[in-house]
Amino acid sequence: MFFLEHAYLIPLIPTASFFLILFFGKRMPKKGAEIGIAALAICFAMALATNVQWRDHVNKAEHRAEEQYQLTHTEAGAEAGAEEHIEFDVEPIHESWTWWSSGNVEFSAGMLLDGPGVMMLFVVTLISLLVHVYSTDYVGGDRRYTHYFAFLSLFSASMLGLVMSESTLQLLTCWELVGLCSFALIGHWWEEKPNSDAALKAFITNRVGDVGLICGVIILFFGAGQTFDILTINQMAVSGDISHLVLLVASCSLMAAVMSKSGQFILHTWLPDAMAGPTPVSALIHAATMVVAGIYLVARLYGVFFEGFSIGTSSVNPLAVIGAVTVIGGAGLAFVQNDIKKVLAYSTVSQLGYMAMALGVGAWTAALFHLFTHAMFKAGLFLGSGSVAHSVHSFDMKEDMGGMRKFMPKTFVTFTICTLALIGIVPLAGFWSKDEILAGAEQLGGPGGYKAFLVVGLIGAFMTAAYMTRCWYLTFWGEPRGHAADEEHPPHESGPSIVVPLYILSGMSMLAGFANLPNTRFLSWVPDGIAVRFEHYYEPKGEYFPAVLGSFSHPDFNIGIALVSTVIGALGIALAAGWYFKDLGPHGITRRSKAARIGHQVLVQKYYLDWLYTDVIVAAVKGPIARGAYWFNQKALDGVVDGAATTAVRTGRFVYDKIDQSIVDTLVDGSGAAAEGSGQGLRRIQTGRVQQYAALLFAATAVLAGVFIIVI
Amino acid sequence: MDDLLLNQFLLLGAVLFCLGVYGVLARRNAVLVLMSIELILNAVNINLIAFGALHGSVAGAVFALFVIAIAAAEVGVGLAIVLLIYRNRRSVDLDDMAEMKG
Repeated sequence: MFFLEHAYLIPLIPTASFFLILFFGKRMPKKGAEIGIAALAICFAMALATNVQWRDHVNKAEHRAEEQYQLTHTEAGAEAGAEEHIEFDVEPIHESWTWWSSGNVEFSAGMLLDGPGVMMLFVVTLISLLVHVYSTDYVGGDRRYTHYFAFLSLFSASMLGLVMSESTLQLLTCWELVGLCSFALIGHWWEEKPNSDAALKAFITNRVGDVGLICGVIILFFGAGQTFDILTINQMAVSGDISHLVLLVASCSLMAAVMSKSGQFILHTWLPDAMAGPTPVSALIHAATMVVAGIYLVARLYGVFFEGFSIGTSSVNPLAVIGAVTVIGGAGLAFVQNDIKKVLAYSTVSQLGYMAMALGVGAWTAALFHLFTHAMFKAGLFLGSGSVAHSVHSFDMKEDMGGMRKFMPKTFVTFTICTLALIGIVPLAGFWSKDEILAGAEQLGGPGGYKAFLVVGLIGAFMTAAYMTRCWYLTFWGEPRGHAADEEHPPHESGPSIVVPLYILSGMSMLAGFANLPNTRFLSWVPDGIAVRFEHYYEPKGEYFPAVLGSFSHPDFNIGIALVSTVIGALGIALAAGWYFKDLGPHGITRRSKAARIGHQVLVQKYYLDWLYTDVIVAAVKGPIARGAYWFNQKALDGVVDGAATTAVRTGRFVYDKIDQSIVDTLVDGSGAAAEGSGQGLRRIQTGRVQQYAALLFAATAVLAGVFIIVI
Repeated sequence: MDDLLLNQFLLLGAVLFCLGVYGVLARRNAVLVLMSIELILNAVNINLIAFGALHGSVAGAVFALFVIAIAAAEVGVGLAIVLLIYRNRRSVDLDDMAEMKG
C-alpha cells in the first residue's frame, strides 16, 4: 500500500518541478517543458498506482465485512443472505501534520484520501499530463514558454493538494492557489488588454465567492467545536451533532464559493472571458479540473450540504435550483457564440450546472461520475478546438472556419467523438453519466421529489445536442471561410504532440462511461463485477458520508428516461442539422420578428449580466455611491472625527488643569518637601564631631545591652 | 579556675573598658583616642581569655590573638590617617575637625 499511504508525495512532485522550472528551466534544452512533463508523468503513474491500491483497499474492506457477516450468521442464514447487499465501511487514508498551533487550536495539514480524492488524482494528473504534452506544440516558441510550464506545474500541485485536503483550511489555501494560477495563465498574453482584463475579472469574481468560502469555513470551525478537520465536520454533520441552522448557514455561505469557482449562475461571467488564456489552459483549468473544485467542495463536505439543505427529504433546495438555472442559462448562451471556445465555455457552465443539480437532488455518485466523464470529453473538445485554431489562427467559427474536416481529419474524428459523448449518445461516456443524473432527479428526494429538475435536465440535454451540432457544423462543414480558405497557406493537420492527446481523450470519452454501468435487468448480460464499479469504489463508505442516513439512496437505471433523453438528444441534433445542413426552419426570423430579435439580443448580451455588473453595480459604486460615501465621509465621519478630536482636547485640558496640576503635582511637591524637611531635621545630628558619633554609638550599645538583658 | 577568680578578671576588664570609653569620648588628641580604643580592645581580650580558661578551652586565647592582629592593623591605618591630618592642618585636635557637619 506504499502509493496509497504516501500519496502526499503526488502534489510535492509538481511543486518541486515548479521551482526547478523557475530557476533552471531557461537553461534546459527544451526550456523547462521536459521537467514539467517528467514530473506529471511520474505523478500520473503514482496516481494510477494509488487507484489500483485503493481498489484493493476497498476490496479488502468488503472481504472483511463478508467474513464478519458469515461469522455472525448461521450457515443457513448465510446461504439465505448470500444475495443480500452487505454494508461495509472503508477507512479513508488520513494523515495529518500540525501546520502551526495557536492557543489550544491546532491548524493541521495533511492528506485525506477516499473515493472522490483518489478519482480526482487520476483525472487531474491525466489531463494535466496530456495538456503538458499538447502545450509543447501549442505554445511552442512563446516568449514566456518557461513560465507557462512553471505555472502549469504550480497549478497541478495546488489542484492535487486541493483534492486531498485534510482540513478546510488546507482546502481554502489550495483553493486560492488554483485561483492564482488561473489568473496568471488566463493573463498569459497580458500585452493585450482584453486578456489581462479577463484575468482580473476571473480573479475578482472569484474573490466574491471566496468571502463565502471563508465565512463557511469559520462557521463550520465553530459549529463543529473548533476543528477544521473535514472528516470530523462531516461526521458531526451526519450524526446531527451540529444544529441544522448552523449547517444551513454554512451551506449557503459555501454556495457562494461554489457559484464563483464552478461557474454557476449568476457568478459564471468570468468563465467565458477566461477563454482569453491559451487553449490548453482552458482545457485543463477551465473545463476539467479547477472549475470542478466547487463541485468537489460540495462532494467533499456532502454531509454538511446534505443536512444543511435537507437534500434527502425536500423537493427543492438552493443547490439544485442554481444548478438547474445554470443548465438552461449556460446552454442558451452557447447558441449565439461565434467563438468556438466560448461555445465550449458556456457548455462547461451548463454541464457544471448538471453536476450541481445532481448534488442538489442527492445523486452524489452521478455528479462525481459526470465530473469524471465531463473532464474527459470536454478537455478533448477544448484541445480539439485548439488544434483547429492553431491551424487557422483564429477562434471565430463564422469568419475563419468551415469545412475543416477535409484539412484536419484526425481532429475532426476526435472532436466528433467528444461531441457525441457530450450530447450523450449511447454508448459514449456522457450518456451514462447524464442518464444517472436524470434518474436521480426522477427518483430521489422527499415528497414530490425533484421531478421539476428532471424536466430541466431533459431540456438541457436537448439544447446541448443542438448547440453542439451548430458548433460542429460551423467548424467542420460547409465552405471554408476566411483563414480556412487561404489558398497560399491552407490549414493543415496538427502535429503528433497535439493529436495524440486528442486520441487518448476521445478514447476515454468512449470508455469512461463503462466505469459505472447501471446494475439493471436491461443490462443483465453485464457480469457482476463490472456494473456500478464507480459507485462501488469511489463513493465514500463510512460514518462521515450521508449514505448512512435513511434519506440517502441510489437511483436505479430507468430505461424510459434513458430512451427519452436519447431521443431528445437525437432530436436536438436533427433540428440543428436540419437548420444548418438543409437550411430548414425560419431563417432570418430575427429580422422579421421583434420577439425573436429581443430574445437573440438578450442572449448576445449574455442576459445583460456583464452590463449589470459593470454598468449598474460598478458604475453605481463609482458614481452616486462613491459621491454619497464622500459626502458621508466629509460630513458625518469628519464630524465624528472632529468631535472626537475636540472632546479629546477638552478632556486633555481638564486633566491638565484639575488632575495633573493640582493633584499629581501636589503629591510630587509634597513628597519633595517631606524629604527636605526630614533631611533638615536629620542633619542636626550630623555634627561632624567624631566623638559625638562615638558617644551615640556607645549609648546605643548600652541601651541595646540593657534591652538584651531585660528581655533575656 | 573558679567563679571567684573569674569575677576578678571580669572586673579588671570592665574597669579597662570604662577607662577606654572615657578616653575615646573625652580626649581631644586623636592619638590618645586611638590608644583608648586599644584599651577597649584589650579589655575584651581579658574577658575572652578569662572565659576560655574557665571552660578549659584554647578558643578564647585564639580569638584574643586575632583581636590583637586586627588591632595592630587598625592602629596602623588610624595612625596613618592621623599623620596625614597633622601634615595638612598642623594639629590633631578632634574638636577642630568638623568638616563633615551637615
